[in-house]
Amino acid sequence: MANNTAKPIIEEKPHPMEDLLRMDRMPHIWCSGCGLGSAVTTFVEGLKKAGVSYDKTAIVSGIGCTGRVAGYLRLDSYHTTHGRAIPFATGLKLANRELTVVVFSGDGDLFAIGGNHLIHAARRNVDINVICVNNFIYGMTGGQNAPTTPLGAYSSTAPYGNYEMPFNLVGLAAAAGASYVARWTTMHARRLTDSIAKAANKKGFCFIEIVSPCATVFARKNKGGSGLDLLKEFQTRAIIDHEADPTQIPLSMDNEIVCGEFVNKDKPTFWENVQTGIKAKLEKFSNWEELQSNSTKIPHKKSVTYTSSRDTYNSRSNT
Amino acid sequence: MFQESRLHGEFFMQGDIACAEGALAAGCRFFGGYPITPASEIAERMAMRLPLLNGVFIQYEDEIASMAGILGASWAGVKSMTATSGPGISLMNENIGLGMMMEAPCVVINVQRGSPSTGLPTTWGQSDMMQARWGSHGDYGSISLVPNSPQEFFDLTVTAFNFAEKYRLPVFILADALVGHMTEKVVIPPVEELTIINRKYTTKKPGEYLAYDYGKDLVPDFAKAGDGYRYHTTGLTHDRRGYPDMTVECQEELVPRLVNKIKNNINDISLTEEYDIEGADVIVISYGITSRTVLPSITAAKEKGIKVGYLRLKTVWPFPEEKIRKLSGNVAGFVVPEMNLGQISLEVERCACNNSKVKLVPHPGGGIHKFEDVLKAIEEVAHGK
Ligand SMILES: Cc1ncc(C[n+]2csc(CCOP(=O)(O)OP(=O)(O)O)c2C)c(N)n1
Ligand code: SF4
Repeated sequence: MANNTAKPIIEEKPHPMEDLLRMDRMPHIWCSGCGLGSAVTTFVEGLKKAGVSYDKTAIVSGIGCTGRVAGYLRLDSYHTTHGRAIPFATGLKLANRELTVVVFSGDGDLFAIGGNHLIHAARRNVDINVICVNNFIYGMTGGQNAPTTPLGAYSSTAPYGNYEMPFNLVGLAAAAGASYVARWTTMHARRLTDSIAKAANKKGFCFIEIVSPCATVFARKNKGGSGLDLLKEFQTRAIIDHEADPTQIPLSMDNEIVCGEFVNKDKPTFWENVQTGIKAKLEKFSNWEELQSNSTKIPHKKSVTYTSSRDTYNSRSNT
Repeated sequence: MFQESRLHGEFFMQGDIACAEGALAAGCRFFGGYPITPASEIAERMAMRLPLLNGVFIQYEDEIASMAGILGASWAGVKSMTATSGPGISLMNENIGLGMMMEAPCVVINVQRGSPSTGLPTTWGQSDMMQARWGSHGDYGSISLVPNSPQEFFDLTVTAFNFAEKYRLPVFILADALVGHMTEKVVIPPVEELTIINRKYTTKKPGEYLAYDYGKDLVPDFAKAGDGYRYHTTGLTHDRRGYPDMTVECQEELVPRLVNKIKNNINDISLTEEYDIEGADVIVISYGITSRTVLPSITAAKEKGIKVGYLRLKTVWPFPEEKIRKLSGNVAGFVVPEMNLGQISLEVERCACNNSKVKLVPHPGGGIHKFEDVLKAIEEVAHGK
């Protein structure tokens, strides 16, 4: 007979990350051996360490295995369309500047279909953090080529080996103007936690690349073994060099995975620049009609008026 | 003070500018867009005005980003808008679908040009009427308003925001380059005199709130980012918690609701204007700028003794099916002049369903209908040809 007062053999304790994970959505859909579990754990640790308010933190993802991250985190979370997490997050952040806004998505999502948005958000220095899980392949759609797939690596759409030059993500983000740029692998749990915490409290566009094993498709196509084998490989190939020039450290099938914090600068954010620009003008004028009449008084070199003559109007080559 | 500089009074104003002012009056405080003729003046006006009202203007890198951006701003609880023309809408369509699925209130202005493709940038057309209804993949309810003057561009922009907030979806305005670029008298009432509707915020506590729970009106209560609700929302088929659920049952509950929350409220949403409908033999159905250019032909037909009625659609989607079905029993036929090769006339035909004749007077855009063509069509229908 069971003794109700006896202590159970295994004591039920709350999950240590319960405050930030949606336990009612577990188990998650990721494969065993996938790096995404560690990436999320590290992210949760990073947020805790940053001490930000969870109520005021929003997470935005695009599409793909990594895109599912938003759904598992107990924050205001948005699972958007493929590649469009960054502009969505930009709108969210600019409309409520109190929020800490994090984009968490895959390399295909952020650099293929979303590549244009990434470089422009970095150029504008919008105050959001972008965490990119780079598994060198499209996981969710079944192992097709990604813009990060190393030269020679196999994928479902590169059956003879990839012949396209891959992007170097940290180089691209840095060159486009990011305020903070770092690269770690899922193995660098402590350093990655620190980077995530730092980015959460840093203003401007922060970019963190997490090199992560895709145990299922990338490993299978490239004889990489299990998730654990891939981690071991990262361990032998990874080096840390904070001084490295981010544009000079591309990744290939077998070179060093140069990790570190490559960029960490303070520069005005998009919103700060907007404020400065407007303030300067507003000090000069007392109301907007005055401001507007002043701006229309600036003489145009060639003034074009909307007349009934189609030719005149069409001479503006608007397309 | 700049903050109080909302316009009111009488103005000689361009349609696009009136649209921007309508948005500001409705409470829009976020504009994300990308330049394109003939919609650029809306962005330019917003760039000038929004900062003075503590709002945000951003010129994104493209229309795809613009649409995604206004959805983000909407989730922050801020009324948001974008404005573009045909090719831009084509790019926005994926995220318009996301807005429909996530039920994010916002307004999308399409100042139409002649199309397809880049078509006629500086002249007009009504070529995107069907695209507004079926542009994004899948089924969803949709609201599209069509102004025929700068004044109405102002008024309907306010209405568009009200519908967006009330029914939680991206609402379209299908203007055209003529309405957008013409300058006419626009009367802007003081802001207190406008009817402004705001979305229904939840009164529940964070632990009790489900992002997609709904009552009889089928419209879920809203919670904005940063208020501690920590909800999830996705473009995937989702349950009442907002969690992805790939079952037929879930799809069966969600998608018809997105359609029905609009369909059930057609009496509230459908705005029309009509003259001399009673006892008419022929009814001319038109919308947008065409409703003005065809008036002389209607007058001429009347002078010839033909009993012509006139029905103008200010709301094109949802289509006023019932109204047209009922009218179709009493008239010889409908004449539908439009600046495309027959988009809305197809809808009229569907509703008239062989009860009465439907005669399209097409125009590919770039010009306006010929007086004689419309008159001839009215005469033909009146004489049973
Ligand atoms: C517009 C559009 N095109 C294509 C897809 C299909 N799709 C889903 S996930 C994905 C690739 C995602 O790759 P990545 O960002 O590397 O994510 P991973 O699954 O590897 O984490 C693609 C192409 C889509 N959802 N939307
Ligand atoms: S397919 Fe690859 S990236 Fe996706 S869950 Fe599986 S291991 Fe992870």
